[in-house]
Amino acid sequence: MFDDFLMRAALAGVGTAIAAGLLGCFVVWRRMAYFGDATAHAAVLGVALALGFGTSITLGVAIVALAMAVLIHGLSGQGAAIDTMLGVLSHGALALGLVAVTMIPGQRIDLDAYLFGDVLSVTRFDLAIIWGGSAVVAAVLWWHWSAMLTATLSPDLAYAAGINPRREQLVLTLLLAGVVAVAIKVVGALLITALLIIPAATARGFARTPERMALLSVGVGVLAALGGLRFALIFDTPVGPSVICMAAALFGLGTVGAKLRA
Amino acid sequence: MSLISAKNIDFSHGGQRVLQGVSLSLEPGEIVTIVGPNGSGKSTMLRLLIGALKPQKGSVTRKPGLRVGYVPQKLYIDPTLPITVERFLNLPHRVAAKDAAAALETAGVPGVGQRQMSQLSGGQFQRVLLARAILGKPDVLMLDEATQGLDQPGSASFYRQIESVRRDLGCAVLMVSHELHVVMSASDRVICLNGHVCCEGTPEVVSVAPAYRELFGTGTGGALALYRHEHDHGHDHDHDHHHHKHEAAE
Repeated sequence: MFDDFLMRAALAGVGTAIAAGLLGCFVVWRRMAYFGDATAHAAVLGVALALGFGTSITLGVAIVALAMAVLIHGLSGQGAAIDTMLGVLSHGALALGLVAVTMIPGQRIDLDAYLFGDVLSVTRFDLAIIWGGSAVVAAVLWWHWSAMLTATLSPDLAYAAGINPRREQLVLTLLLAGVVAVAIKVVGALLITALLIIPAATARGFARTPERMALLSVGVGVLAALGGLRFALIFDTPVGPSVICMAAALFGLGTVGAKLRA
Repeated sequence: MSLISAKNIDFSHGGQRVLQGVSLSLEPGEIVTIVGPNGSGKSTMLRLLIGALKPQKGSVTRKPGLRVGYVPQKLYIDPTLPITVERFLNLPHRVAAKDAAAALETAGVPGVGQRQMSQLSGGQFQRVLLARAILGKPDVLMLDEATQGLDQPGSASFYRQIESVRRDLGCAVLMVSHELHVVMSASDRVICLNGHVCCEGTPEVVSVAPAYRELFGTGTGGALALYRHEHDHGHDHDHDHHHHKHEAAE
């Protein structure tokens, strides 16, 4: 079944949607959307560096996204105007990446694939990385769920219970870098944040507990991934943006549905 | 040994010295109240004791294995986070459904388990925070201005709840408050803080201490008396003292 490129694309989409759907809830609850953007944009710089040094793209993306995540985590502890700082880092990293890519000697690369994703070309190896990465993200979230949720509700409540909220935040940050590395092939650096926040936001209206919201979010993400892929095949549109369009459409339907239900 | 003790704490924030040379300790079963004007470092002291802040100088020692039940000043729950009262009570550790129900009962909000946290009134919300704090069978309950946003009858009844929780659990209680008359009357010991410990002792001793009177004015002598009057059913002086109390709290 892995021989068929469509099957591989669908599996890649589903694997990414699982990790993004789970982590996306925390991104929404903790208002980390901009944070996600910065990490994702840094991935483009990672692509450039990987090409420059002739290493694997996934490795390059993972390392630069991790570095960016740790940098932002350090800055967020300083209590400075983090919004502005994130804006500078996010767009600075993106622009630097775009410039750096053109400076690499040899063949010009297809940057679109990294900006908007290229899920139809995923290999078995990519699939292994996507599902392996997703499994790690899901396992760490499972392990840390209660502590992260407590820290998200109130850092002081966490401290009083012997949980270090800074540590939980660092773990979330690292997971975010992991999701970026996993998702860049599927939706591309520019739309990763959308895959994080739209399914979670769609699930919000239908959930009474955090866990229910996380599961629903995964469901919405999977639906968007498969629906978007199908849409892209029928109308010959790029897959990554089609997936996000589908997610946004589901969000719209969900919002109207929740209003009608209320 | 004391449940928790702080020795010679110095703490500065943003170049501003908040606490200097503060020492205090809490013994099993006692109710201690920290009072002080705004900006006196009361909340900072509490956050140092729970470990949310690290002192620049001095040390905080907790009895090994100390269980702390913390009721924060306010808790903002992002509207994007759906959570029922019951789920909230299960954080960070799972508890049995019947224990959760019993804690809600003890805290004075029976039967709200299935409600969303966002649907609770201010008083109910604080009581749910209290229920969560007592679920961990704490050795010490710490409350940071826990009645902010409640009206006077609401906060008076909240503090009565605290006293009954202390009776039931036998835990120590450390609270920070500006509502002098209610809080002081319920305390075994009062610590008057203004960057440093100004005075300390039983409510009767502190309320006549010169340092305390300097901070809160003489009206607070009456504020403490208000509580006594209430018990004597001396309602005729009520209004007068009421007025004093407000002056003092501001």
